[in-house]
Amino acid sequence: MGSASEPAIASSSSSGPRPPVKRYAGVVRVTHWLNAVFLVGMIASGLQIYNAYTHFGLRNDPLSLPNPLDGNAIPRWAAMGGWLAGGLNWHFALAWPFVITGLVYLGFLLFSGEWRSLLFRPRDIGPAVRMQLYYLRLRKEHPAQGKHNALQRAAYTFIVVIGAMATLSGFAIYKPVQLAFLTTLFGGYELARYWHFVTVWVFVGFTLLHVALVFLVDPASLRGMITGWYRGRFPSHD
Amino acid sequence: MTDTNLSLTRRDLIRLGVVAGPASVVAACGWDGGTSLEPKLRAFSRINDWVGEKILFSPNRLAKEYAVSERTPAQSFPAYSITYNRTKSFPSPDNLKDWGLEVGGLVRNRMRLTLQALETLPSLTYTVKHHCVEGWTAVGTWTGVPVSTVMALVEPTAGSRYIRFDSFDSRYSNGWDLASAMHPQTILAYAYNDRPLTMNRGAPVRLYSPIKLGYKLTKYLSAMTFTRDRPGGYWEDQGYPWFAGI
Repeated sequence: MGSASEPAIASSSSSGPRPPVKRYAGVVRVTHWLNAVFLVGMIASGLQIYNAYTHFGLRNDPLSLPNPLDGNAIPRWAAMGGWLAGGLNWHFALAWPFVITGLVYLGFLLFSGEWRSLLFRPRDIGPAVRMQLYYLRLRKEHPAQGKHNALQRAAYTFIVVIGAMATLSGFAIYKPVQLAFLTTLFGGYELARYWHFVTVWVFVGFTLLHVALVFLVDPASLRGMITGWYRGRFPSHD
Repeated sequence: MTDTNLSLTRRDLIRLGVVAGPASVVAACGWDGGTSLEPKLRAFSRINDWVGEKILFSPNRLAKEYAVSERTPAQSFPAYSITYNRTKSFPSPDNLKDWGLEVGGLVRNRMRLTLQALETLPSLTYTVKHHCVEGWTAVGTWTGVPVSTVMALVEPTAGSRYIRFDSFDSRYSNGWDLASAMHPQTILAYAYNDRPLTMNRGAPVRLYSPIKLGYKLTKYLSAMTFTRDRPGGYWEDQGYPWFAGI
């Protein structure tokens, strides 16, 4: 990484071109886009697998947890693999790069210290509330922020937790006998399969919100995530 | 937003399309990988087989047993057969009275085990959870002779590494690794929920084990052959994971 050129003044009200700042490291950009592709593949192949049995719980003992999709097949356009075996083979093949990219990303955050600007901590609760008030238009001024605001930290921490949950619940239903401790941790096979399914919709919801906010609030961050250079409204580093 | 740079947004939209485009093409139309990728996916599946067999599988870890009261009612426990799906009648051997399990291949003592002979061997009964590859589960009680007991009788030779289980159900078969077959809970089952197997459950004798997915549990057994090379199987040859240990 080259040295980031720090702007002298980080103002959110000035107009005109701003000096670009180096914002996203190569590792973050590469893992971000790879993850986007692998996640789409994992979800689509996972939905193909779901189509083989669209209920949760033992055969005669359905789980009393909500599933609006109970008994409904996922449409063909959203499923990958063509049939169950195809879905399984895609899912178990893509699981490797999906998990490896996730670990490379987390490893990079840890060793570079970047985790400091991303990890949501108790001290972020107040700022997160103020940020939410701004989004709800109950507050006029955009609260001051560093590279990421407290709500972003909450979102990016939360989604890593969801990624870990998706991976672990996946292993719990992949090997419920050999990894029985993991399956038990999720409440048994049927519940683990349910939580695995829930993570899908959390990922889908997160992605929709994430993309919407990029375009509505900080479109320049999209260019930043591709080239590394950022010229938007929130140029300062933590 | 007044201070967004629109020209930049458009260009970035195109760039986003470059990434999202291939991903959605892959996701579209239930793509199985096509003729070029599908064989590669199957080859990749063998890596996962290896991990399942050599790293995650423990020969002594037992599947959890359940109380008899936790059984899934038999009518809620699906049963299928390849022959039934085609003809709407369950397969039966040419003459049930003459049925015997042919145990052969790379063994010292070839054998033909009748149902009576199997019933005189030490048996094992357990109530366990059945995991179907489709994602459903059901609890049932199974009684039978551990495959390891039969193996001790026939004495596989040094070159023996796999077992092929054949059936009289439209040539349905499965290939097993020896370690999974020798697992203490892998049995040649002749009873389900305390009664002799019925035609829909794979009578007179079927393979059962709570450490494999249901499609590896050959019903309507006719032969058990020890081999040097890895045998395929009915679903496995069509692309389902070969190891299928859980």
